[in-house]
Amino acid sequence: MADGASPSTGAQALKRNAAGPSGPKPRHVLSRRNIFLYGTLIVVALYYLLPLYVMIVTSLKGMPEIRLGNIFSPPVEITFEPWVKAWATACTGLNCDGLSRGFWNSVRITVPSVILSIAIASVNGYALANWRFKGADTFFIILIVGAFIPYQVMIYPIVIILREIGIYGTLTGLVIVHSIFGMPILTLLFRNYFTSMPEELFRAARVDGAGFWGIYLRIMLPMSLPIFVVAIILQVTGIWNDFLFGVVYTRPDTYPMTVQLNNIVNSVQGVKEYNVNMAATILTGLVPLIVYFVSGKLFVRGIAAGAVKG
Amino acid sequence: MSSSKRPSKLFRNLNAKVASIPMILTALVVFVGGTAWTVLYSFTNSKLLPRLNFVGLDQYHRLWSTSRWLVSIENLLIYGAISLVFSLVIGFLLAALLDQKIRFEDTFRTIFLYPFALSFIVTGLVWQWLLNPDFGVQRVVRDLGWTSFSFDPLYNSSLVIYGISIAALWQGTGLIMCLMLAGLRGIDEDIWKAARVDGIPMWKTYLFIVIPMMRPVFITTLVIIAAGIVKVYDLVVAQTSGGPGIASEVPAKYVYDYMFFAQNLGQGFAASTMMLLSVVIVIVPWAYLEFGGKKRG
Repeated sequence: MADGASPSTGAQALKRNAAGPSGPKPRHVLSRRNIFLYGTLIVVALYYLLPLYVMIVTSLKGMPEIRLGNIFSPPVEITFEPWVKAWATACTGLNCDGLSRGFWNSVRITVPSVILSIAIASVNGYALANWRFKGADTFFIILIVGAFIPYQVMIYPIVIILREIGIYGTLTGLVIVHSIFGMPILTLLFRNYFTSMPEELFRAARVDGAGFWGIYLRIMLPMSLPIFVVAIILQVTGIWNDFLFGVVYTRPDTYPMTVQLNNIVNSVQGVKEYNVNMAATILTGLVPLIVYFVSGKLFVRGIAAGAVKG
Repeated sequence: MSSSKRPSKLFRNLNAKVASIPMILTALVVFVGGTAWTVLYSFTNSKLLPRLNFVGLDQYHRLWSTSRWLVSIENLLIYGAISLVFSLVIGFLLAALLDQKIRFEDTFRTIFLYPFALSFIVTGLVWQWLLNPDFGVQRVVRDLGWTSFSFDPLYNSSLVIYGISIAALWQGTGLIMCLMLAGLRGIDEDIWKAARVDGIPMWKTYLFIVIPMMRPVFITTLVIIAAGIVKVYDLVVAQTSGGPGIASEVPAKYVYDYMFFAQNLGQGFAASTMMLLSVVIVIVPWAYLEFGGKKRG
């Protein structure tokens, strides 16, 4: 075969030299460039996947197997016991009801925080885009600049404010904190989106007598569902993954999942059960991972919008 | 009164103002007020409770003579330099590789970016496990026969910050790659064609044409990375809790520990004010270049 093929490629090469390139570009699947390109990408991809793989594999092994074996080897005997234990009976301090408590706390924190922060920011972004009033931009600039202030500078004054209102240590307090710190990026996101919408739409609705809320609910909201999805993705992952606010503004029985996970894994008492720890770690990472894999390109758009314009 | 005929200016566009109340409160009370409050109280000797007992710069003197703070600053500088250089270089290289019109681009991008969806706590705990000397990479290599192999950055006080940086890079480079990829896609196809016609090698095109054209992307990326560096907290808490000893302490953790454990609020306020100062030093020149320049031009 090789002998038969070489004359024809030689002839092709001759023809190409004579008449210049024509026809589709020849594809060399195994060219040096491709081997290098795909080889590098695959090696890097394996490196990025390795921790996820090790997490899963470790969580499915029994402790004796972990002590004897290699962290990269697949489990000989698959057991789901670590998962059950991580979810239902792992101990943090005096509580021994596993991560399930933290999971439900996180749900009770994330859902209202996402709704509240997006509601505030979208209405606010709409006001900034279409109903500007004197001084609005000044506050907006303060808000955006404020996004760069390290949280550590503001956490204690907020503790005092929440204590004065009487909601320090409650989930309500934490929901408010998340709404405050989500505001700069979300307001920017919505303001830019609403500004880019055709002005005529807004004017036509005004002529028809629609007011502030009417236009928002009947025109802006239905026309900007993609940006709402982006905002939801941004907020769900951000709030679910939060640790600092959780540890500052809640008490042990209302700790979100990340805080409880850290307490389970880094507790100094008792024998270290690495398989339970890894099962707990995966469980905590599961929600944002699912959001990420389901949302795909929208996630990328969300972080790109959040990052580039922020 | 005539107010019913001529509504006061304050009530014009009332709905928009009502809608902006949360923003106004956040901007004024939390961001401006909170920051001013913390800076003010950093000049007091507040211990368990904030008290306006001014002691001048005492807290700052004490801060800069505390070895734990000095270690924190040193760690932050090392961690910052590593994050900045490596995430820019790796992020750009990965983006350039993905920009070669390859197949399965989406798959590769999904793989490189997924760690970014995970929290720093999860990241820290996974890498704590991988770098565990008794079970992790070190043990595996030793089991292969290289018995003197040593790789235990998390248990070695002079290496621990590098161990943390490895985890941070794994988590964060995907984001930088995405930003760079968006930047590369914004470059006009014709530039590439022109460079090819002129016979300029690809690496030269990248280095001397494409990268200078991507200057705005690089600057925003730089600001994002820098803002993330100062914040580093949960990763350290999860991975090492600041140990061994105080070898992997960072400023954000210093602030938290002094405010909520050591009951030495003044120290916490002074340390957080220093963090603010470091951000100002980074942000102000950038904002000046980005926005000050535009107004003039």
